[in-house]
Amino acid sequence: MLVIHCPYCGPRPEPEFAHGGQAHIARPQDPTTTTEDDLLQFLYLRENPRGLFRERWRHARGCGRFFNAIRDTTTDFFVTTYKVGERPELPGGAA
Amino acid sequence: MQKFSGWSLLKEAFGGHQGWKTQWRRAAPKAEYDAIIIGGGGHGLGAAYYLAAEHGLTNIAVVEKGWIGGGNTGRNTTIIRSNYLFDESAKLYDHSLKMWKDLSQVLNYNTMFSPRGVMMLAHTVHDMQVSKRHIHANRGNGVDNEWLSPEEAKEFCPILNIDPNIRYPVLGAALQRRGGVARHDTVAWGYARAADALGVDIIENCEVTGMRIDASGAIEAIETTRGVIRSKKVGVVAAGNTSVVMGYAGIRLPLESYPLQALVSEPVKPIMPCVVMSNTIHAYMSQSDKGELVIGAGTDAYNSYTQRGGLHISAHTLESICELFPVVRRLKMLRNWGGIVDTTPDRSPIISKTPVKGLYVNCGWGTGGFKATPGSAHVFAHTIANDAPHELNQAFTIERFRDGLLIDEAAAAAVAH
Repeated sequence: MLVIHCPYCGPRPEPEFAHGGQAHIARPQDPTTTTEDDLLQFLYLRENPRGLFRERWRHARGCGRFFNAIRDTTTDFFVTTYKVGERPELPGGAA
Repeated sequence: MQKFSGWSLLKEAFGGHQGWKTQWRRAAPKAEYDAIIIGGGGHGLGAAYYLAAEHGLTNIAVVEKGWIGGGNTGRNTTIIRSNYLFDESAKLYDHSLKMWKDLSQVLNYNTMFSPRGVMMLAHTVHDMQVSKRHIHANRGNGVDNEWLSPEEAKEFCPILNIDPNIRYPVLGAALQRRGGVARHDTVAWGYARAADALGVDIIENCEVTGMRIDASGAIEAIETTRGVIRSKKVGVVAAGNTSVVMGYAGIRLPLESYPLQALVSEPVKPIMPCVVMSNTIHAYMSQSDKGELVIGAGTDAYNSYTQRGGLHISAHTLESICELFPVVRRLKMLRNWGGIVDTTPDRSPIISKTPVKGLYVNCGWGTGGFKATPGSAHVFAHTIANDAPHELNQAFTIERFRDGLLIDEAAAAAVAH
């Protein structure tokens, strides 16, 4: 079980949270210029890295708020969690 | 290949079992092959076997980063069934189920396939409606499936608790009698031995670290920890690591890798005559021939490559198991483990050509790939050999996500399955 640091409530056990998949996915803004490939990207293609991953969580059974995190998928350890609107750098300067 | 039979067993018994030979060679990579399969699990070894046995390609290598059958082939709960909702899935999985029936004879290797019946429980009105819809759809596709009342379900599996006062009472069940279990390791070993006998090189401890694509956009070679190996045809069957391997060719797939857990109890005398699954409460159980109860849990909530998973996931499953089968409440669990499954958005596999010429991919089996091993390997070998899909896998393309032609077993089952 993960211990997740909610940026608002502090460390809490994983069952209080809902995982929301990859973070920072923006919906294509202009439907008139949106192509099938843009929609494919938006709806289905996700990063699935073996390593650092930016992901979204919601403290569903706590404060109810959304936040983002950077987690290493090879160890499940969190590098950091951060509030919506922020975007801390990844360690090592990766994207 | 040393043929296995009752006679050979008797003969070797008289010789003190000293005459058994190694079942496959420990091959070193050659500079070039006609085809390379990346991933030495059941699906990959099977594909190599069918390429050699049915398509006449014998200069083939299977490269595996660890040992063969050490990934999801050795980590699953061995359930075999074909009662999928959509036509494309039902045909593909039933093709596989039919191949399981004589796989032991074909490979001369006892896969211990036991069609003891797979019973899927319904706990809510919604479950009942979904189950009956599946039953009708299956029958329309020639796949056996029948509805049982709670009493009939208990008759089929006497340790099942059909008390109406439990949290999720059993309201009925869908039974596929042709479904069952097989011994998972033997599938990898059997295909490896049979493929090796046809000249296929099985190269273990050989991790792929890159791919070389030529100027025309065709695959040229793979880079591995044991050197560069050239080939004009490469099939990727890397399960949970498919995204990583396909990334070397610059191809993104709609896959997410999740840990899926299973566990076994201490061995007991036979108490469980069939497989029981419950999608609603995330539990399934069967009994191995050794007597261990083999129990499967759901996936963890987040993607990961750790091959572990959280303990609360398996605890949740055990709570369900204890309520459904009160007789097992005092059993101890011997082992639990996780495998990394690659799931697609529609929970159907991808068995397809790719934008890179000569590069093929068989992935996205998610939480239920073991049952499909022979059929998947068979149609994938056809796809590689002919550079065109078999009629059974032509719908399972990568492009279906762009074109909106999903085979949405995720929505059909409403859970991972």
